[in-house]
Amino acid sequence: MAFTTPATMGGASARSITEGLTKRGADRKGKIIEGILVGLLGLSLLVLLTLIVDLLTSSWSVWTTRPGDFLTTNLNSQSAAQAGVGQAIRGTLILCGIVILVAFPLGIACAVYLEEYAGRSWFAKIIRINVRNLAGVPSIVYGLLGLAIFVQAMSGFTGGRTVFAGGLALSALVLPIVVITTSEALRAVPRSIREGALGVGATPWETVRSHVLPSAAPGILTGTVLSLARAAGEAAPVLLVGAATGLLRTGNQSLMDQLQGPFTALPVAIFSYARQPGEDFRSVTAAASLVLLAMVLAMNAVAIWLRNRYERKW
Amino acid sequence: MSVTSLSPDQPIDLTTRPGRRRRDTAAKWAFRTAALTTLLVTILIIVTLVFDAWQFLSKLSESESGLGALNEIGWFPRRGLFDIGTLVVGSLIVTGIAMAVAVPLGLGAAIYLAEYARPGVRRVVKPIIEVLAGVPSVVLGYFAIAVINPELVVRLFSGANKAFTLAAAGIGVGVLTIPIIASVAEDALRAVPLSLREASYGLGAERMQTTFRVVFPAAISGIVAALILGISRAIGETMVVAIAAGAVGGGLFRLTPLEPGQTMTGAMAALGFGSDQVAGNDLAFQSLYFVGLLLFFMTLLLNVASDWLVNKVREVY
Repeated sequence: MAFTTPATMGGASARSITEGLTKRGADRKGKIIEGILVGLLGLSLLVLLTLIVDLLTSSWSVWTTRPGDFLTTNLNSQSAAQAGVGQAIRGTLILCGIVILVAFPLGIACAVYLEEYAGRSWFAKIIRINVRNLAGVPSIVYGLLGLAIFVQAMSGFTGGRTVFAGGLALSALVLPIVVITTSEALRAVPRSIREGALGVGATPWETVRSHVLPSAAPGILTGTVLSLARAAGEAAPVLLVGAATGLLRTGNQSLMDQLQGPFTALPVAIFSYARQPGEDFRSVTAAASLVLLAMVLAMNAVAIWLRNRYERKW
Repeated sequence: MSVTSLSPDQPIDLTTRPGRRRRDTAAKWAFRTAALTTLLVTILIIVTLVFDAWQFLSKLSESESGLGALNEIGWFPRRGLFDIGTLVVGSLIVTGIAMAVAVPLGLGAAIYLAEYARPGVRRVVKPIIEVLAGVPSVVLGYFAIAVINPELVVRLFSGANKAFTLAAAGIGVGVLTIPIIASVAEDALRAVPLSLREASYGLGAERMQTTFRVVFPAAISGIVAALILGISRAIGETMVVAIAAGAVGGGLFRLTPLEPGQTMTGAMAALGFGSDQVAGNDLAFQSLYFVGLLLFFMTLLLNVASDWLVNKVREVY
C-alpha cells in the first residue's frame, strides 16, 4: 500500500490540520474541563483557607487579652473568661505518651512479624485482613471498646475512667495504622540487605535488629508520627471513655494523681466549648481549635520533613 | 586486623553461642504475640458489641414496651424510645450530603492532580490536601456551626434552623471526606499504565477524551472503591455530627436536612457523653452498643467491598 501523506487526506491540507491543532482556541472544550477541575480543586483549598482565617479572626480576642492565661488555665464550661486549655494540653500529651508506649512497640512488632517472619502462611493472611479491617472501624467504636473493656472489665488495672483507659482506647485505634505504615516501610527495604546479613551468619533476629529496622527507620518514624497526630486529634474514643467535659479541678496535683484521676483532652475540651452558646465561648473554641490544629499540623509537618529528609531510593 | 588462616586439618567450629539462638526464638515469639494482639482487639470489639447488644435486645423484649420500642416514633433513649430508623435515616441524610460535597470536589482534585497538573503544581498542592486530611474532626465540627451553617446553609435556605442543621453537619463531614476520596482515586488513576494514554494520544484523542474515555474507565473499580471508602468514613464520622447536628437528648423522625437531627454516631456520642448519668446496666446505656454493632457491620461491609475493588485494580495492572 502506498503511503499517503496528510496533504491528500480527505481534502484537508497538511497546513489546515496543523493550524487546527495548534492555533489559539484549539481544544476549547478541553480548556473548559481543565478550568472546572482547577475550580473544584481550588474550592477544596478555599475551604481550608476559610477555616484557618476564621479560626484566627474568631480567636483573636483571646490571643490579644489573655494568651498565657488561656494556655494554662483549667477546663471550665461555665465561664468563658476563665476557660482554658492547660489541663487539656497536658491530657493530650499524656495520651500521646501512652500511645507511644503501647501502640508503637506493638504495631512495629506486628509489622515485623508480618513482613519478616510470616511469609504467606494462613495465619499471616488472617492478620493482614484483620489489620486492614481494623483500620476502617469508626473511631467511636474504639470508644465503646474502651468503655466496656478498659474502663469496666479492666478497672482494677486502669482505675476506671482515667487517662490510662483513654490512652489504651487510642492505642487500639492507631495500632492498625502503625502496622500498615511500618509494613510499607519494611517492604521498601531491598532483599539484598537481608540476604547480606543472613549470608554472613546472622540469625533472623539479628538481621532485623541491625539491618532491616535501621534501614526502615525513617519510614517507620514518618508513619508513627502521622498516627500520633491522628491520636492527638481524635475526640470520640476519649469522650466515650469518659474524659471530663464540664468543670475539672486538678489543682496542684502530682503527676501520679493526674494519671489516676479524671482527665480531659484537647479535642474533648473543644467539643465541650463548642456546645456552649455565645460569642465568648465561640472565641474560646476557636482558640482551642487553633492550638489543636497547630499541634496536629506540626506533627504532620515533622512527618513530611522526615520523609523528604531521609527518603532513600534503593 | 589479622585474618585467621583456615587449614584443612583444623576443623571450623560452626556452633554458635547458645544465647544467640535463644534470643532469636524469643524475638520470633514476641513478634508473633504482637501480631496476635491485633487479632485480640478485633475479637474484643466483636464480643463486646455482640454481647451488650444482645443484652439490650433481651432486656428490651422483657420490658413493658417490648421490641416494638425499636420502631417507635423517635430516638429518645432515656424515655425508652429506641427507634433505630430515625438514626439510620439521619445517618443516610448526612452521608448523602457529605457525598454530594466530597465526590465532585474529591474526584475533581484527583483527576486534576493525576492527569492535568504539572509536576511542580502537584508537589505544592498534594501536601496541602494532606493538611486537609490532618484537620481533626472536632475542629471541623466547630467550623460547621461557626461558618458553614450561618454563612452557607442559612443563606441558601432561609427556612433553615439558625443554630444546628443536619445539612451543615453533612457538609462538614463532606469536607473531611474530600482528602480520602481524592487520594484513593488519584492512586487508582495513576495506576493506569502510561501505554494506555500514549495509545489514546497516538490515535489523535485530546487530553479530555483520553482522561474521561480511556483513563477513567480503566480506573473505574479503584474510583468506586474510593467512593465506598468515603461513604464508610462519612457514616462513621462522629464529632462533626455530635457538634453540628444539634439533637442531644434525642431526635424525632425527620426527613428534612434543614433541622437538627440525630445520626447513629451522634446518638452514640450523646449517650457516651452523658455516660456518667446513664452508667450501669440500664437500657439507654446499652442501646449504645446496639447502635455500635449496627455501625460496625455497616462500615465493615463497605470496607470489605472497597478493599476487594482496590485489589481488583491491582490484579489488572
